[in-house]
Amino acid sequence: MPESKTLFDKVWDAHVVRPETADTPGVLYIDLHLVHEVTSPQAFSEIEARGLKVRRPDRTYATLDHSTPTLPAGANGLKPYVTAQAEAQVHTLERNCAAHGVPLAGWGSEDRGVVHVMGPELGLTQPGMTVVCGDSHTATHGAFGALAFGIGTSEVGHVLATQCLLQRKAKAMRVTVDGELQPGVSGKDVALAVIAAIGFGGGTGYVIEYAGEAVRSLDMEGRMTLCNMSIEAGARAGMIAPDQTTLDWLRGRKHVPADYEAASAEWLKLATDPGAVFDKEVVLDGAAIRPMATWGTTPDAGAPVGSPVPQPQSESDRKAIAYMGFTAGEATTSQPVNVVFIGSCTNGRLPDLRAAAEVLRGRKVKPGLRMLVVPGSEAVRRDAEAEGLDQVFIAAGAEWRIPGCSMCIAMNGDVVAPGQLAVSTSNRNFEGRQGKDARTILASPATAAATAVAGVLTDPRVFLSEAMNA
Amino acid sequence: MSEPFITLTSRTVTLSQANIDTDQIIPARFLTTTTREGLGKAAFHDWRYEADGSEKPEAILNRIDPTQHRILLAGRNFACGSSREHAPWALYDYGFRAVISTEIADIFTSNALKNGLLPIVVSQAVWDDLASQPDQPVTIDLQANEIRRGNAQPVPFGVESFARQCLLDGVDTLGWLQSNLPEIEAYERSRETVR
Ligand code: SF4
Repeated sequence: MPESKTLFDKVWDAHVVRPETADTPGVLYIDLHLVHEVTSPQAFSEIEARGLKVRRPDRTYATLDHSTPTLPAGANGLKPYVTAQAEAQVHTLERNCAAHGVPLAGWGSEDRGVVHVMGPELGLTQPGMTVVCGDSHTATHGAFGALAFGIGTSEVGHVLATQCLLQRKAKAMRVTVDGELQPGVSGKDVALAVIAAIGFGGGTGYVIEYAGEAVRSLDMEGRMTLCNMSIEAGARAGMIAPDQTTLDWLRGRKHVPADYEAASAEWLKLATDPGAVFDKEVVLDGAAIRPMATWGTTPDAGAPVGSPVPQPQSESDRKAIAYMGFTAGEATTSQPVNVVFIGSCTNGRLPDLRAAAEVLRGRKVKPGLRMLVVPGSEAVRRDAEAEGLDQVFIAAGAEWRIPGCSMCIAMNGDVVAPGQLAVSTSNRNFEGRQGKDARTILASPATAAATAVAGVLTDPRVFLSEAMNA
Repeated sequence: MSEPFITLTSRTVTLSQANIDTDQIIPARFLTTTTREGLGKAAFHDWRYEADGSEKPEAILNRIDPTQHRILLAGRNFACGSSREHAPWALYDYGFRAVISTEIADIFTSNALKNGLLPIVVSQAVWDDLASQPDQPVTIDLQANEIRRGNAQPVPFGVESFARQCLLDGVDTLGWLQSNLPEIEAYERSRETVR
């Protein structure tokens, strides 16, 4: 009988060019290398200094997202870059792509988007692939049963030059979320619940496979949200076995294989074999998950919306609670919220915008609160506008922007002001992540939208049940 | 390319809080650079400077001489978060050559090793012991894989063997990876014929 393998084993084994030994890491082949402007300039300089070219431009694909303004060009035709350096960084990628023949979804391209929104959308991301990017949220692509992980800039140079990476195989963890998710509970809430259970750093050294009925019930966007946040538990990657949901979602996309049926049959074989052994198993009850929000400055500091800030267990907890301006025992739902941000590679996709719009339809953003809605890609923007979601947001008093990372990383000029409290659908609530001294609560799109209406952190089921009873 | 790392004797600086993420090590607004150089000023920027750019005199990293304090003793789960290699670039440029913690994030470990910055994971007991005597110089001996201090028993530590050799020799990994090009080409051919 052949040995039982995990999904991770199968993808890994198919990409080993040279096995690892005690003295040397393995050489792992990379099928898809995604590139953006922030983590690539030094990698291109490095390979050019050695007289090297990009070895497989056909397996490389670039976009502009992090440093790009989300407001359109002004009357003078100039894009409102935050600094000349940000603009120079964008032009550097444009030049590097042109010089090396790397396809770039740049300004004016209908394909441009946040790198982890764009890749799957274009069908560049496929089951069984190895996918890397100089970006820790590359794990997003694991939702398709790809082995996808973030790398540093030196490694970006390695992949540009050789299409390979030096790697030692990580350990495998399975996170099973059983049971049926309640209405109003989304992939984001599952992600925050999983991270709270594993702990920030609890996944260090592991690749996570997500399994179980609740995971299966998520749509591809929800699965991407879940895999996206694997790094927030410290895990290198998160993966979900391809199934009918995966095949239906990818079918007809721009870069998928011509013989889709044959490819699909192969993809379905990637699922973990019965009896395969994981180094660690974690099981959660999906039915018990409620809409979640964070109270601290790490993504594992999450609890159901409305629960009190816990008593600090450590100096770090004390510091986090003080930074957030909360008091232990107090509910985070009592503090006025200044900013609501909907977007990012975690929650900037069409179903995310729909969920937010459903709450906002016919309602107004609380006066004085700033709400920014930033679609994850041009495709998301087109689809949302075709459905009239932009009009729902604008009518409610929110700003509707053009695609980019925006307030997720706050390096393009979209920032939360010092001391302000933001509820954000992005993935990191670190000190200063959304701007110096900005305070961030992470939550789902529905929770963020409900918060925008109420002006304080709010469980979205309050509004959703009104809609159901209407 | 960084200098070879064989032994290092230096005093330590302790930043004891857990989960120091890479946004603390270098805030995102400094990432619009297109070079690796000169990021030392941005290292822990918001811990060291006020909004108006003036130094926070109480910040420990403004009080020490970075040429004398080359070892950072950091709290658990150090350098979690983003994959930005700007984090080890900034720490190296500031003056650090080694980081000791009870847990260090995966991507940072890989990035640091490629930039002459040695990440070392120790037990809580060893960490506590090091933190209790901040002024006593510590010797990190990469050849012997051990940390020594005064008359204390040497503490062994592990580093991935290939990265260790590269650090000792002061060479980078791209050259070695390129030496595998024949195998890489063979791999590509075998896959193309399967399709
Ligand atoms: S949206 Fe945020 S997390 Fe995603 S790629 Fe952009 S900066 Fe990174």
